[in-house]
Amino acid sequence: MEFDPSILLGQFVSGLCRGMILFLMASGLTLVFGVMRVVNFAHGSFYMLGAYMAFSLTQAFASTPANFWIALALAPVGVSLVGGLVEYVLLRRIYSKDHLLQILLTYALIFVIGDLTKMLWGVDLRIVQTPPILAGFVSLFGHTFPAYYFFIIGVGLIVALMMWFILNMTRLGKLMRASAEHREMVEMLGYNVRGLFTVVFMMATWLGGLAGVVISPTVRLSLGMDMEIIIECFLVVIIGGLGNVWGALLAAFITGQLYAMGILVLEKYAMAFLFALAAAIIILRPSGLLGKAAR
Amino acid sequence: MTNANKTKWIAGSAVALALIALPFAVETWISQYYLYLIIKIIVWALFATSFNLVMGYGGMMSFGHAAFYGAGAYTCALLMVKTSCPMPLAFLTAPLAAALAGLVIGYFSVKIKGIFYFATLTLSFAQLLYILVFKWRSFTFGDDGIQGIASPALLSTLDTYVNYYYFALVVSSICFYIMWRIAKSPFGMILRTLRENPERSTFIGVRIQRYRLSAFVISAFFSGVAGALYVFLETSVAPDVFKWSVSGEVLLMGLLGGMHVFFGPALGAVIMVLLNSFITSYTEYWGLFIGITLILIVLFFPQGVGGLINEQLRSTMNRKAA
Repeated sequence: MEFDPSILLGQFVSGLCRGMILFLMASGLTLVFGVMRVVNFAHGSFYMLGAYMAFSLTQAFASTPANFWIALALAPVGVSLVGGLVEYVLLRRIYSKDHLLQILLTYALIFVIGDLTKMLWGVDLRIVQTPPILAGFVSLFGHTFPAYYFFIIGVGLIVALMMWFILNMTRLGKLMRASAEHREMVEMLGYNVRGLFTVVFMMATWLGGLAGVVISPTVRLSLGMDMEIIIECFLVVIIGGLGNVWGALLAAFITGQLYAMGILVLEKYAMAFLFALAAAIIILRPSGLLGKAAR
Repeated sequence: MTNANKTKWIAGSAVALALIALPFAVETWISQYYLYLIIKIIVWALFATSFNLVMGYGGMMSFGHAAFYGAGAYTCALLMVKTSCPMPLAFLTAPLAAALAGLVIGYFSVKIKGIFYFATLTLSFAQLLYILVFKWRSFTFGDDGIQGIASPALLSTLDTYVNYYYFALVVSSICFYIMWRIAKSPFGMILRTLRENPERSTFIGVRIQRYRLSAFVISAFFSGVAGALYVFLETSVAPDVFKWSVSGEVLLMGLLGGMHVFFGPALGAVIMVLLNSFITSYTEYWGLFIGITLILIVLFFPQGVGGLINEQLRSTMNRKAA
């Protein structure tokens, strides 16, 4: 078979898209871990919730051409409100407890949110229409890409910039970094760490919800989509270094590319590359690509 | 013989008698289906107890125990359909294969510090096996799974589950006994010390990784037995036995029943399998039910049902003694 180099470009762009979605997800996951020291197994559930909310909102505003943009603005907020509620009612009670119990609590949330989604939206596969303005195709170096791909990449970049700005330029960001380093000290200085945790969790679930909305026009929504993404996200945060947002960005990029290129080499085994890479990282460099030494 | 010992003996014999008489009662009054369910409980109870050697005793949160359960199941199934291997030999090879998988995975995993890293690493290994079995069609039949695994006529489940019930009961009783002895042995004590205080244990000269690896291999071995028992119960097997959800389920049983009591996970298995069967016949929202139950357990009874019962028993015994 003649090898066509433009396939590589095609795979590169699709890998970039996948990487950006993973970054949106993994940045939230890693943020929650970095600041709160909680591994949120249910992060994928918030992503699924975002996608389903996008479905309902685009349906509800189907009469206006801007329905997708309304969903993009509102669904992540809706998801983060649910996230805030979960943090306030449940997570608060277990910060001082065993890590194992924290993991199990968020694991239990997967079941609860999954079934609530089933109750509200049913088991049918749902489709979200691509917004008309992005429904076309873009030609690039003789390859045609869906315009929506570039929207996904754009959102990823904007979020990365936003994260950089919040973490480095705002008081909130400084507090977040400080409590990641030394929670007790921040508390002793009189800051409201509990409130900070709620804010961080809401930010993370907002990001998860955003990822769900952004991916929704490219996939068929199904009840298994929460677990499909969460496992990949774990691999991304591990590869990047737990708690490190920029590590997550790098790892998401690598993971997206590895998957996209992996399909070319060993079509059936693409996911295996990711598990193998994650296993190698944990064994050889548990702090991840950009992480500090393990605490 | 002290009074407490006497009570234990009487209780033990009563339980044994009840277990032996169970199939007759079930067959007479209820239906065959429940006998199937009971064997399923035995399989899961064995799996959960073996898992707990790593989790509860070793303090290592494995999220990849499906690898060993699956390795046992697939070794058995492949030997049965691909070779003319007799059933007892296939049944004995299965746990050995699982233990080998445990040795390889454990070799890399037991050094890992941090519960999330450990969980993700074991998960990664298990998922790698899952992908391998799922995709390697020519060898494993891929996602079609393996059907029609014939067991010898004596243990056949075609007409009745009674014989297979006794087989599973005997096999699992032997396994439970060995695991119980291991848990109560100095080895089990050291394992718990490692869980509570690894630094201290190193200071007193315990080689942590060697103990952890041994626990891992032993646990994998018995998970493999559970996998093999499962194969002949269902007479078929699919790659899903390797999936993360199986690892998750056994973890939930451990938590539900209580990880710091030997029979806790087995109790968790009984509760989970029975509840699942009853709840799913009433509602499709099993996940909601189990999710809320788990949240309540985490928040209010982190010691699990077995832990609760144990506490109750102890306090009544103390009251009697006083």
